[in-house]
Amino acid sequence: MSEQTAVPASKGPLIYRQSAWTRVTHWIWAICLFFLLLSGLQIFNAHPSLYVGQQSGFEFDNAVLSMSAVNTDAGPRGRTTVLGYTFDTTGVFGMSGSADRPQFQGFPGAATIPSYRDLGTGRVVHFFFGWVFVLTMFVWFLASFFNRHIWRDIIVKPKDVTGLPKDIVDHATLRFHHGRSYTPLQKVAYFGVFFILFPLIIATGLTMSPGMDSMFPWLLDIFQGRQTARTIHFVVMSLLVLFFVVHIIMVIIANPFNELRSMITGWYRASPGTPLNEGDKP
Amino acid sequence: MSGIQLTRRGLLGLGATAASSLILAGCDQFDFVGERDGQVRKILEQANVMTYQVQRRLIGAQTLAREYSASEIRQGQRPNGSTDPTTPDYLALKANNFADYKLKVTGMVEQEVSFSLDELRNMPARSQITRHDCVEGWSCIAKWTGTPLGPILDMARVKPQARFAVYHCYDNIQKTLSGDIIYYTSSDLIDAYHPQSILSYGLNDQVLPVANGAPIRLRIERALGYKQPKYLHTIELVDDLSPFGKGKGGYWEDTGYDWYGGI
Repeated sequence: MSEQTAVPASKGPLIYRQSAWTRVTHWIWAICLFFLLLSGLQIFNAHPSLYVGQQSGFEFDNAVLSMSAVNTDAGPRGRTTVLGYTFDTTGVFGMSGSADRPQFQGFPGAATIPSYRDLGTGRVVHFFFGWVFVLTMFVWFLASFFNRHIWRDIIVKPKDVTGLPKDIVDHATLRFHHGRSYTPLQKVAYFGVFFILFPLIIATGLTMSPGMDSMFPWLLDIFQGRQTARTIHFVVMSLLVLFFVVHIIMVIIANPFNELRSMITGWYRASPGTPLNEGDKP
Repeated sequence: MSGIQLTRRGLLGLGATAASSLILAGCDQFDFVGERDGQVRKILEQANVMTYQVQRRLIGAQTLAREYSASEIRQGQRPNGSTDPTTPDYLALKANNFADYKLKVTGMVEQEVSFSLDELRNMPARSQITRHDCVEGWSCIAKWTGTPLGPILDMARVKPQARFAVYHCYDNIQKTLSGDIIYYTSSDLIDAYHPQSILSYGLNDQVLPVANGAPIRLRIERALGYKQPKYLHTIELVDDLSPFGKGKGGYWEDTGYDWYGGI
């Protein structure tokens, strides 16, 4: 117990928080999701509309989102229709690029791989990183099950639920507590990503494969059709982008040096007052 | 918490900047993956080989694509790709309402065979209401009627060395300065013999229209639209796809699409 006094009161202990499995899979995912997003938007641009149902309505309307370029008296404009509401999105969706070289496409070239229209390449990139993503998921699940990372840090337990209101207040007022495990809000976020968003985006992706549909026709039933699955795939992508943005903001607010150190080396400076355990460093 | 003092607004702005810079990094730094002969491209394309092999091991040879009820036919079949071929051979056939049309089975077979449109129409027929999935992302449900391909291949007695069926078509999908590029694609024999692989001559209880591939369009229901060759005239059994086109097994495959087309 004499060690505990060795840590200055203003500083918590340095704890080994993230195993190598967690850190390596984290960075592989970061790379995969980057390429999956940009190649996915390339694929979306081949038919920049989303529908609900088994098929795409050409002679009836079951679209929930569509991007297009339209001719107006003031020249071509980009239009985006979401759930029946139409917005002028010139410069971003439907029409982008410079005035002398406009691009008439869903997402701008700056957000796609390749930057020009090339569905074939988009698919090659998407499926390559899709495989890496899924195989990494498999490795993460096995490792995190056996080293108890899932149970300790990801599964939301009753005490996390009761601690949630206080944690929301703490986050809203930027008073962060850095403990040995994640805070309730972090657990909810990571649980949602690992056990809801990741499985959903994989399953809806597979539902778009006519080959997989013949093997698992129930995929078409649980998602209510291939086109609905495509729409859900897009919505989950948007939620993952939202997660990414919040994730980055939280890292920056919480202390980028400490957070990045734990993501790279595993060592994390806990808040003052965190009890010292065996293996911790001052 | 020690460290840099920042306002909340400043931090939010920083986060947004970091996020958007990652997106903007995709501008054109990665355009090299589009180079068809690049080393990186070759590695990335191995994922498509893996997809094909895994799906073939996972999915039985006989599992069927979903068949829908008649009430799901809510629109005409959307034509795409070639919709009105202009090759002389095709125009001559069309002028005569395809009376002189012959479907030929050639290559690695014991007995080359050919059938007129009437002969094909008089063979046992299969009708199926299936979903056509375009590689672009859209789907369209329609009723296809035709004669199963498997028994026709059996009549020609496919040699055991044959590994692929190459589907030769009439349509000039692309017109270039050095001449027309004629559509073709290919499949393995599992897809060729699949019970839903039919030589369709009927669409939604009508004669198959020119825009959808008249007189014969092959349906391979567990694959995307570019594996459903329209204006089909010859099925060639081979053990190697490299002599055809640019060697990738099909017109779209030659431009960089995956050969399997089941995903």
